[in-house]
Amino acid sequence: MFGLNPKDARLLIIVAIMVVAAPVLLNPFPEGSNLAQFNAGYPDLMQRFVIFGIFAIGFNILFGLTGYLSFGHAAFLGIGSYAAIWMMKLLTMNIIPGIIVSVIVAGVFSLAVGWISLRRSGIYFSILTLAFAQMCYSLAYSVLTPITGGETGLQPKVNDPRILDAATNDGVVPKTNLFGLEMTSSTEIVMGGWVFTLNAGYYVAALVMLISFYISIRIFRSPFGVMLRAVKSNQQRMNYTGLNPKPYTLAAFVISGMYAGLAGGLMVAMDTQAGADRMFWTASGEVVLMTILGGVGTLIGPVLGAGAIKYMENILSKINKDILHQWFALLPDGLEDVIVALIYPFVGKGWHLTLGLLFMLVVIFLPGGLVEGGQRIAALFKRKRKPEDARSGKSTEPAE
Amino acid sequence: MEAIILQVLNGLDKGSAYALIALGLTLIFGTLGVVNFAHGALFMIGAFCAVTLSRILTLSHTIIDETRTDFLGNPLKVDVPYVYGWFGESAGAAIIDWAVPLSILFAIPVMITLGVVMERGLIKHFYKRPHADQILVTFGLAIVLQEVIKYFYGANPIPTPAPDAFRGSFDFGAMLGFDPNIIIYPYWRIIYFVFAAIIIGGVFAFLQFTTFGMVVRAGMADRETVQLLGINIDRRFTLMFGLAAAVAGLAGVMYTPINSPNYHMGMDFLVLSFVVVVVGGMGSLPGAVLAGFVLGILESFASMREVLEVLPGINQIIIYLVAIIILLTRPRGLMGRKGVMED
Repeated sequence: MFGLNPKDARLLIIVAIMVVAAPVLLNPFPEGSNLAQFNAGYPDLMQRFVIFGIFAIGFNILFGLTGYLSFGHAAFLGIGSYAAIWMMKLLTMNIIPGIIVSVIVAGVFSLAVGWISLRRSGIYFSILTLAFAQMCYSLAYSVLTPITGGETGLQPKVNDPRILDAATNDGVVPKTNLFGLEMTSSTEIVMGGWVFTLNAGYYVAALVMLISFYISIRIFRSPFGVMLRAVKSNQQRMNYTGLNPKPYTLAAFVISGMYAGLAGGLMVAMDTQAGADRMFWTASGEVVLMTILGGVGTLIGPVLGAGAIKYMENILSKINKDILHQWFALLPDGLEDVIVALIYPFVGKGWHLTLGLLFMLVVIFLPGGLVEGGQRIAALFKRKRKPEDARSGKSTEPAE
Repeated sequence: MEAIILQVLNGLDKGSAYALIALGLTLIFGTLGVVNFAHGALFMIGAFCAVTLSRILTLSHTIIDETRTDFLGNPLKVDVPYVYGWFGESAGAAIIDWAVPLSILFAIPVMITLGVVMERGLIKHFYKRPHADQILVTFGLAIVLQEVIKYFYGANPIPTPAPDAFRGSFDFGAMLGFDPNIIIYPYWRIIYFVFAAIIIGGVFAFLQFTTFGMVVRAGMADRETVQLLGINIDRRFTLMFGLAAAVAGLAGVMYTPINSPNYHMGMDFLVLSFVVVVVGGMGSLPGAVLAGFVLGILESFASMREVLEVLPGINQIIIYLVAIIILLTRPRGLMGRKGVMED
């Protein structure tokens, strides 16, 4: 189906179903209950899930396939954001031109950066990309203020030209839309105690995410993807067979840069602002974390990683001391205080600590990320059944 | 002329910090072959050693001073640090005043211990794994260290002043025969530069003139042969990791009066220090020091008003620009050795 083998098609369909049903699946706890704060099914967060999912999918095409660790990918995301917001200021609040231009601009920039950075590999490549990203960040903050808005960033204003929208200018900043469908519009479905929010912006972003996921599957399975893996596993051998790895790695770099630009454009489409802090190198570090946490080089891993990190960032960071006391109220007082004191550093403002520890544990024990973790658990269940088969097999067939 | 001298001086203190961190990074890379992204965190922890010591020294107990009264007419409560009780008031005050330099003594054992624990507990298991894994796990460790410090000390910068004696500025121009008050330079920055020079000289002397250092250099050149000679090179390399951590930590301790430490100062320095190491040449100790000072001075020249008028914003990007040019034209960096990570 769609030119995919049955296994990949199944994966794509499962992901599609999950994404479509996300507003329901991510809201398992009834509104107003104690656990409702664990609900992730609100539009803002779900949009971030899919947008950072796109970002991580793109990063994975570079790092997962070729093994080139870029520490400057957030620059392309930031550039994409700026491009998109300028389209909204100049042309129209319709998100289509903004997103297309953000992809193109990010692609051009990544072509330039990749052309230079890919002359080196290993740690030097990481440093070069980091240097480029930091240059973009510093320039966006200081000299390029007329274009980037400097510290305040950019927002659409009432008196922007918006050439295509000029007829409908009625003195308020219009909302981003897709041919009239506003990104912020949502429908609430109330079922018993549960409230599910179906948001237009989320579904647009989710559709884009599914398309990019599909493209990434095709890239993974294509001869081009095999070439990229060859770059990772043995570049020297590739050279000796008469192939030049540079065009392949450059293509992968540009594709992943375009994915980052797409994510940046979508980010602006959902929340109309762009700032330089999006390009800071910690933002580049974040996408590395997502990809590794989920499972580098796997199809679904980056999406899982992006979801996990954004979930922690938004849900874990909301837990404060009172909530912890509430949870453990059943325990005797002394024990309650001890447990709360033990857990508190890891939640709330300290959620980065949990993230750092989790990340270290994953790198140390599970280099394949959450996906490998899942596979190991699955294998554990299978192995339990296997020895019995093996034993019965032994008893019937004598060894030769 | 005055402007040039001033900019060179301004560049020296930042350059010293870059050089010290880059020296530690290169020591670790040259001996263990590990790319340590947590090195900035070690710098930061060193700075917080100074904060901790000054807090310990000012631990106080409250006594009631019967001779004075507060505005309500009650006897005044005065916080008296314990050190006053132990050493007398004037000596106690002097000790508190000199908290930052004293922290050097406090930071050295702390940092060496931390470095050794880090190497034995974590880095050891990553020698055989790819460089990307080493970068990632130390990056994770840096986040963890940073968050632990943030948990105990909060997110705001903590001012840690230099001793009173060094608080003023030094009229450098008058000494060289220029008009007074043109080239003035804070005392503490001179101290920082001298301190950095001593540390760098000490590390080089240690490597060059001691038997231990000789074995370590031999191990850097050919680890296997040294092991075949029956020398436990791993233990020496572990100690070198501790030494590198101590160098970073001391750079942090002495930097606190220049810039109030906060929990993410390490990360800010780390990125630049990596650039410095790469410009100097991976694995080359003199290269790291040279590149540290060169880049520090270049950065301060780039922030001169005359330069900024021609090339606006150049001060923000000069280091990265130089790094890109060097990496593309001299793949080994300024003084890189042949065959060390030349891909």
